[in-house]
Amino acid sequence: MSSIAVPARSRRNTLATTLGFVRRHLLTAYSILFFAYLLLPIAVVILFSFNHPIGKFNYTWQGFTWDNWRYWDGVPGIRSSIVLSLQIALLASIVATALGTLIALALVRYGFRGRGTTNILIFLPLSTPEIVLGASLLTLFLNLNVVFGFWTILIAHIMFCISFAVVTVKARLVGFDRHLEEAAMDLGANEWTTFRKVTLPLSAPAILAALLLCFAISIDDFVVTYFNSGNKVTFPLFVWGAARIGAPPQVNVIGTAIFVIAITVMLANVLVQMRRAKRVS
Amino acid sequence: MAVEERIQQSLERAAEPSGTPDVRLDRVTKKFDDVVAVDDLSLEIPRGSFFALLGPSGCGKTTTLRMIGGFEEPTAGAIYLGEREVSGTPPYKRDVNTVFQSYALFPHLSIFENVAFGLRRKGTRGGILKGKVEEMLDLVQLSGYGKRKPRQLSGGQQQRVALARALVNSPRVLLLDEPLGALDLKLRKEMQLFIKRLQHDVGITFIHVTHDQEEAMTMADRIAVMNQGRIEQLGTPDELYELPQTAFVAGFLGISNLLRGTVAGPDAVRLGDGTTIRVRTGSLAGHTGDVAVGIRPEKIRPDEQDPNALPGVVRERAYIGVSTQYIVETRNGNVTVVVLNDRSGTVPHSPGDHLTLSWDPEATFVVDPMEEAE
Ligand SMILES: Nc1ncnc2c1ncn2[C@@H]1O[C@H](COP(=O)(O)OP(=O)(O)OP(=O)(O)O)[C@@H](O)[C@H]1O
Ligand SMILES: [Mg+2]
Repeated sequence: MSSIAVPARSRRNTLATTLGFVRRHLLTAYSILFFAYLLLPIAVVILFSFNHPIGKFNYTWQGFTWDNWRYWDGVPGIRSSIVLSLQIALLASIVATALGTLIALALVRYGFRGRGTTNILIFLPLSTPEIVLGASLLTLFLNLNVVFGFWTILIAHIMFCISFAVVTVKARLVGFDRHLEEAAMDLGANEWTTFRKVTLPLSAPAILAALLLCFAISIDDFVVTYFNSGNKVTFPLFVWGAARIGAPPQVNVIGTAIFVIAITVMLANVLVQMRRAKRVS
Repeated sequence: MAVEERIQQSLERAAEPSGTPDVRLDRVTKKFDDVVAVDDLSLEIPRGSFFALLGPSGCGKTTTLRMIGGFEEPTAGAIYLGEREVSGTPPYKRDVNTVFQSYALFPHLSIFENVAFGLRRKGTRGGILKGKVEEMLDLVQLSGYGKRKPRQLSGGQQQRVALARALVNSPRVLLLDEPLGALDLKLRKEMQLFIKRLQHDVGITFIHVTHDQEEAMTMADRIAVMNQGRIEQLGTPDELYELPQTAFVAGFLGISNLLRGTVAGPDAVRLGDGTTIRVRTGSLAGHTGDVAVGIRPEKIRPDEQDPNALPGVVRERAYIGVSTQYIVETRNGNVTVVVLNDRSGTVPHSPGDHLTLSWDPEATFVVDPMEEAE
């Protein structure tokens, strides 16, 4: 059919339709390109976790294999680095969120001397380059004669996570009615019961968000960790070290796993929210 | 601990001699840095009364209420709930409940749990809890709404939940801070009557804060008119309306005409233009020199034979339905007159008409003149 000559008028129509189509789908096209730009590198990472590289470098496709996944800890040092990173991230996010929540409560609920200053100081780590944070901590630890290792990494991570936790929880606390806590006290709840029955349940979503955020920031931190790790190797440090001599495909496996877990958590969250919204209406 | 505290308080309440005021403020002052929010205020609120704190914005009503509730501590003075002095007692140990202007319903709890919150703190459980909550929801006409969340209710319904949540605890006093402020006019009128009836039924002392004089007059047995942290006058709605003691009260409750003059003998005042008018017997007691004579617009009768007479010219006329309002220019300033349209065929006065305003000396009141008096 297409080979039959099309009359001029009809051809013009076709052109108009095409233009119309493009105009109508410009946003779609743009979105597709945008997501391709975002997701293509990740897709490559995932794909190459199934590569069967010859030699040290995992840069060209050689053939499909499950081996990298089956022997995910087949590279010396990778397992201990992952364990260390998980330990640090878990501890750092819990401690930072707990402290951050308390700081946020103090900043929002109580007028005390130096509240304004504290507010500014909280933002400082967020805006300071990581390289400066890492180097200053190094100097501090050196001056204190601290042994570098697990604890220095943990302290460093808690330090830069706290600000994120404070900012996240504070945003929520500012948003809710101060009278809610007064109402609880008015109805006979003492300070602790008020915190348990009203403040905590209402800020729970923000606290959870802070926890996840801190975990995510901690687990992939490189710069600050590099300065303060001594001879300990976290996963990001391992990858960096491995990359110089040729990164094994196991790095892609771990990267993919983290990505999949993160996406799953996010989707689960969205589903829960949607279910809750439906139950309300 | 809080439970025993509250039981103790109920026992005390029962043992008090009748006539003990439920709330007593003794020379209470509250300062926020330099701002004096409440200024040396003394007040007694009798048991079982519907009491209104009325005043313009920023006069210290909320602050007074929050001190009674325990959310602020007085800078000086003492607050008594019954016979007990409560300074330093936290809100959860006071036998008082509050209805907040924002309602402050717990968004994460169901309506049932909102109402049950106070009872649970007292240790009430199971069937008794359920019975009390449902009875209270019934009282505020919300039975069947227990499972919903606050945001699924309309403003008026949330308001009633807030009332139920406070009243279910049978407090000594219920504090209401502009509880109707967020409602539209029609609903506000309905809720005014509803709350008044509710107070009558439960017999608990209500302290109601408002800046709406009509609302205070409709609902309260007694009203304290506040201004700049002080009480200007305290009385029943009709006392305040008929016999305001200050120019502020006269201007805040309804419209009043204030004519400036000087005392010119017993029960006589000479106005600025030399006219002498007579005032109610004895109302000049305690006044000398400059005074202002007040007269409500509906008590002035144009062209009648009352003892007081003041000539004037009609400047404006507004037909309001039941009545017609005139602004009459006299040599002593503009006077507002309201005439009831109770006879068909009465020819209303028109702008430009000359008439004589007349009124009975018994309908007047005398106050000190105020610079910014209207
Ligand atoms: N926490 C506070 N800090 C500083 N000043 C305050 C505080 N609370 C109240 N004030 C001041 O005290 C005065 C009285 O305030 P209050 O809230 O009692 O007034 P109000 O009569 O309730 O007014 P409104 O009708 O506007 O609610 C005001 O000048 C107010 O600015
Ligand atoms: Mg107020």
